[in-house]
Amino acid sequence: MTEAVTIEARHAVKAFGQGEHVVRALDDVSIQIRKGEFFTLLGPSGCGKTTLLRLIAGFEMPTSGTILLDGADITDLPPNRRPVNTVFQSYALFPHLTVAENIGFGLTMQGRPKAEVKARVAEMLALVKLEAMAGRKVSQLSGGQQQRVALARALAPQPKVLLLDEPLSALDLKLRKEMQVELKRLQTETGITFIFVTHDQEEALTMSDRIGVMSAGKLQQVGSPRDIYTRPVNRFVASFIGETNFLPATVVSGGVRLSTGDVVAVETAAQGAVTLAVRPEQVRIVAAEESGAIVATVRMLVYFGTDTHCHLALADGTEVVARVQSPASGEAGIEEGSTVGIRFASGAAQVLED
Amino acid sequence: MSSAAEERLRRQSARNGWLLSMPALALLAVAAIGPLAIIVIYSFLTPGQYGNVVWEFSWDGWVSILFTRDIFDGTLGLADAHLTIFWRSVKLSILTTLVAFGLGFPTAWFIATRPAQQRAMWLFLITIPFWTNLLIRTFAIMEVIRAEGVLNTALMWSGIIERPLAIIYTDVAVLIGMAYVYLPLMVLPLFAAIDRFDMRLLEAGYDLYASRWQVLRRVILPIVKPGIVAGSILVFVPSLGAYVTPRVLGGGKNMMIGNFIELQFLAGRNWPLGAALSVTLLVIVTAALLVYVRAANRGSNPHG
Repeated sequence: MTEAVTIEARHAVKAFGQGEHVVRALDDVSIQIRKGEFFTLLGPSGCGKTTLLRLIAGFEMPTSGTILLDGADITDLPPNRRPVNTVFQSYALFPHLTVAENIGFGLTMQGRPKAEVKARVAEMLALVKLEAMAGRKVSQLSGGQQQRVALARALAPQPKVLLLDEPLSALDLKLRKEMQVELKRLQTETGITFIFVTHDQEEALTMSDRIGVMSAGKLQQVGSPRDIYTRPVNRFVASFIGETNFLPATVVSGGVRLSTGDVVAVETAAQGAVTLAVRPEQVRIVAAEESGAIVATVRMLVYFGTDTHCHLALADGTEVVARVQSPASGEAGIEEGSTVGIRFASGAAQVLED
Repeated sequence: MSSAAEERLRRQSARNGWLLSMPALALLAVAAIGPLAIIVIYSFLTPGQYGNVVWEFSWDGWVSILFTRDIFDGTLGLADAHLTIFWRSVKLSILTTLVAFGLGFPTAWFIATRPAQQRAMWLFLITIPFWTNLLIRTFAIMEVIRAEGVLNTALMWSGIIERPLAIIYTDVAVLIGMAYVYLPLMVLPLFAAIDRFDMRLLEAGYDLYASRWQVLRRVILPIVKPGIVAGSILVFVPSLGAYVTPRVLGGGKNMMIGNFIELQFLAGRNWPLGAALSVTLLVIVTAALLVYVRAANRGSNPHG
């Protein structure tokens, strides 16, 4: 893809504190976000994802580095002069204004004519399906409705980029699922670039065009949900997104040798001691005698409904979890304590250097 | 249960309610309604020769609020001096409220945005002047602004002025004194309102293209309005009835209603006029409050 870049951060550093207590919330992050994409910044709390968002919004100035919008340097522009709007985690709706006044606030501040503001507010109310609530005070709305008002308010001035700071975290599970679909719909309908911050990997995987995984102030990996899930670049990404078995291994010709002595065929350019990462659903349970299978003992079976997790121990005690789809009978056909063989689906095993 | 028994119980509880509220009602009668009734009654009596009143009905107390009787031909004319005093009182009270707001808002904002453990200290500093007698604080201000006072000495020493500024015994002196004395009454309710203000709304405002001024005007002020209303009332009401400050700093010639009332009860020996003036002051304050609170409510709740 060679689409136009909307937002770009170049070597962005944000340090808080002074002297010995300096914390680098953002440590030399460079990223390009394309026009019209749904981009998610994913990471645990304190990883710097919200700081990056605040740099883009203009609430924080980077300690060093630049922020570009459509190729122009906006690093020193205050938030009110950036065509970028934010949906805040707390919504931050104006309690003294009605729903319609909240949505029209940005347009009014831009000095748009009254008639245009009114028309645009009506349009936004329809977009988030809150026409009936136009005259209400925001305190009279439910959490989900407030969320919609916050979205409509941020979208009304037609920003080039919409920033969403964990906007769904305050909603209950059912509402969150609805809003995920809603957000995706709004993004498709408006065609605005969305930068979405979350610590919820499932949210990131289901909604995003691309994901940037962050940890300790650094960008660990950027890629499509499929890339991130199937080709994690390091142990952090592999463990943060989904569950993964990590097996200590050594590179040998034609693959890697596990601590049990079994050789798994993978392609790698790495040398010496590595870690082999395999997703539980890519571990196949076969007969112990099958050639090439790694021998394991079934320690425990945990039934999850759609699938069953088999906790296995290899010959040297290394633990491996296999996720087996539950058959119609509900019985996986595996006994606790029995000896089985395991194989990794082809191409599923990843060699990680750290 | 029979309805007769219910009725008896209900009546008993109503009687108990009245009995229990007797102390409060008695206090209210003695402390509030009683004195007010005396003032109203006195305003319709005839002044005695050496103060006090003669029990003879007369409208004179009320008439002389606005009119004076010509000592030669006995015709009534508008009492310009009285109107000047009323106007000065209202004008100075409004100005005091504005000055207190102008100084108090940044102060309250500053305190409310300090870390939590520092706020108590700042609030404590704001309340310290309350522990000093009003008279002493007023004399302190006098020490600052009089011709050979701290302010003039400093200004002359630094060469900014050549002759001392004639502040003392002017309306400006009264204004400075009242603004100083009543400033804490503005700061405290403003602080309470700003403390409750969600600072995240500032970012929301800036994010939605509002300038600093627009954020102040369209977000902060409307939301902290209850604090502004409370602070303004707390400053305006005592300012209008102020007595000590205009007496000391106004030097007797720049009277306000409070001093004028005192004059009638003491030197003037015209208790009915003093009583009528007191009632007038009460009415002005009540009317001002009603208008202000109405306007404030309408402003903050356009759809309510």
